Amino acid sequence: MRIVVCIKQVPDAKDVRLDPVTNTLSREGVKSVINPYDRHAMEEGVRLKEQYGGTVTVVSMGPPQAKAILQEAISCGVDDAILVSDRAFAGADTLATTYTLAQAIKKTGDVDLVICGKQATDGDTAQVGPGLAVRLGMPYVTCVKKITGVKDKVMSVERMMDDGYDELEIDLPALLTVVKEINVPRFPSIRGLRKAKAFDIPSYTATDIDADPDQLGLGGSPTWVVKVFPPEPKGVRTMLEGSLDEIAEQLADILSDSAHGA
Amino acid sequence: MDHFLTEDQQMIVDLARQITDEMIIPNRARYDETEEYPLDIVETLAKSDFFALFVPVEYGGLGGGCYDLVLALEQIGRGCVAIATAYAASALGAYPIVVGGSHELKSKYLPDIASGKKRAAFALTESNAGSDAGGIQTTAVLDGDEWVLNGTKQWITNGGQAHLYTVIAITDPTKGPRGASMFVVESDDPGFSCGPKEKKMGIRCSATTELIFKDCRIPKDRMIGRQGTGFITVMKTLDKSRPGIASLGVGLAQAALDESVTYAKGRYQFGKPIIAFQAVQHMLADMAIETEAARALVYVAARHIDAHPKDMSKASAMCKVKATDVAMKVTVDAVQVLAGYGYMREYPVEKMMRDAKILQIYEGTNQIQRNVVGQELNKEYT
Ligand SMILES: Cc1cc2nc3c(=O)[nH]c(=O)nc-3n(C[C@H](O)[C@H](O)[C@H](O)COP(=O)(O)OP(=O)(O)OC[C@H]3O[C@@H](n4cnc5c(N)ncnc54)[C@H](O)[C@@H]3O)c2cc1C
Ligand SMILES: Cc1cc2nc3c(=O)[nH]c(=O)nc-3n(C[C@H](O)[C@H](O)[C@H](O)COP(=O)(O)OP(=O)(O)OC[C@H]3O[C@@H](n4cnc5c(N)ncnc54)[C@H](O)[C@@H]3O)c2cc1C
Repeated sequence: MRIVVCIKQVPDAKDVRLDPVTNTLSREGVKSVINPYDRHAMEEGVRLKEQYGGTVTVVSMGPPQAKAILQEAISCGVDDAILVSDRAFAGADTLATTYTLAQAIKKTGDVDLVICGKQATDGDTAQVGPGLAVRLGMPYVTCVKKITGVKDKVMSVERMMDDGYDELEIDLPALLTVVKEINVPRFPSIRGLRKAKAFDIPSYTATDIDADPDQLGLGGSPTWVVKVFPPEPKGVRTMLEGSLDEIAEQLADILSDSAHGA
Repeated sequence: MDHFLTEDQQMIVDLARQITDEMIIPNRARYDETEEYPLDIVETLAKSDFFALFVPVEYGGLGGGCYDLVLALEQIGRGCVAIATAYAASALGAYPIVVGGSHELKSKYLPDIASGKKRAAFALTESNAGSDAGGIQTTAVLDGDEWVLNGTKQWITNGGQAHLYTVIAITDPTKGPRGASMFVVESDDPGFSCGPKEKKMGIRCSATTELIFKDCRIPKDRMIGRQGTGFITVMKTLDKSRPGIASLGVGLAQAALDESVTYAKGRYQFGKPIIAFQAVQHMLADMAIETEAARALVYVAARHIDAHPKDMSKASAMCKVKATDVAMKVTVDAVQVLAGYGYMREYPVEKMMRDAKILQIYEGTNQIQRNVVGQELNKEYT
């Protein structure tokens, strides 16, 4: 099975700050990490390879610094990595992102399965997976929490729902987006780290992927971010911490205090 | 202090540290409490190639040296000596095959050990043979194409969890030290069984059991090396593995120091953080000095062993004594710094103190190690 996993570099959620003046995300000096959902996408790809054979390639569209997450992917058992990077891609919305990723994936040859995270923790739209599937002409299932089997080019999956899960079958080639419940991502391995260190990650430009310049980056993006702002805080919010018993006790105290009009 | 590790060594340290911080430390108290074998963590270490580290490249390993293993074990030991023992015991169990096994035996067993598919254990000790290894009574008698083993081994780490056991037994009672040989016994060999898990002071989640051989029959080709070389293989194995135990001492001492300093900065008495009291400060300073000194000796010994594989005994014994004595002292002092809180199971230092003790006992007591150093000195100054 030839598997492609799309991974995005995002600011570390533990490290995100708002610029107090502009109220926008301050990316300066913020550590970049693999989008948490994409770790699970990678892990599922590697597990499928281990079970059914084949290869896993990770693809990321981003600035040259995104090589770091591709390197990390290699250390966790992925075979191959491609960076898709060009100034022309800057400012892409989901429409332009899916176009660019689709062109890059087509360039790598025939693919049996594409796996994405459910959503990116920065952009948060959860549109790239489905959009990419349409671009690649593949059927897709979002929010997959388990792959139960593959037989005769048909994959059985479980899709997470609010009130349980759906059992679905999908014809390959297909695209899946995955939720965190699907697996526990592995740590890197010593062999993987050595391989990653020596791995020369190829970088595809707009020309390399035969892209139509009009569909790239800001110019190819009909969506414009007008304003980013933190929502108005609604009332007082307190986080209780400690063991279950301690939290229960604190909660009881608060409730009894408020009942007594304190 | 900077030990000028190579980039590759630093990578091994960083990975071991990551697994320790993210998986071992958050789970160590639970494993100590339940005394359950930490299978998920052992399997994680295997997936990340830590079992390949001590296996030669020709047999599916990474061919890491003593130094590489010491660096990895220090980090894992910093998290939990019990979990580190569960890991290190496989290296100890594999070493007899590495140092004494034929090409056939190595090809048969080492690749599965490297991948983590099979875990190993090392079986020397018996009820009447502790420090005095020459007192072993387990026998192996050749019957046609099979060796027949009878006897009982005691306190064997990974008992019941290992798939392969490297076992020393008497093959010729008339030949004294040349009368013992080593064998590989597989967990499902007929006549082989393990006793119940011992209840221990520390390293509670590491499994320690008896091994019982009752007309246990194994194929002839399971002998490690030639007949009569058992004790030579045992000595080489322990010389090679002891720096690993030493590095567990370094990691453990470091962990106890870290807990102590952090606590001493945050605990206020008489209106001051207790680190402001000179009595506490000096205790912390001595803990730090001793830990650094132990680490330096272990690293130097490991490098010496990698460079001079025929001259291991003294370096190996010296670093084992020093680092494990330091671990004992530093963990006792850590409990003193945390005082009442330190004595409570809610804080990690009481476990560290319980775990430290085993390091001075297994793989040769520290008295026996001093004997080794003394005997080597006696030889050197002729
Ligand atoms: C604050 C902010 C607001 C934005 N608002 C909008 C908006 O309203 N509309 C809009 O169209 N765009 C918006 N963008 C841009 C957009 O987020 C990204 O540029 C891009 O389209 C990816 O979308 P996403 O982050 O929502 O990814 P999602 O669709 O949430 O990501 C799902 C999965 O797709 C894959 N993926 C996503 N991006 C990449 C990539 N670069 N390389 C490889 N794989 C990838 C990953 O597997 C990921 O888990 C916004 C960006 C920011 C920072
Ligand atoms: C948790 C645990 C795990 C173990 N795992 C293994 C294992 O995996 N495989 C294995 O084979 N064994 C294992 N052992 C056994 C361990 O190696 C022995 O306990 C150790 O070698 C000491 O033997 P002993 O306990 O019988 O002490 P003894 O030999 O009875 O010693 C008692 C005391 O006398 C001292 N002493 C004895 N002889 C001398 C001497 N000549 N000079 C000075 N002092 C001396 C000792 O230092 C000690 O203080 C394990 C033990 C424990 C507790």
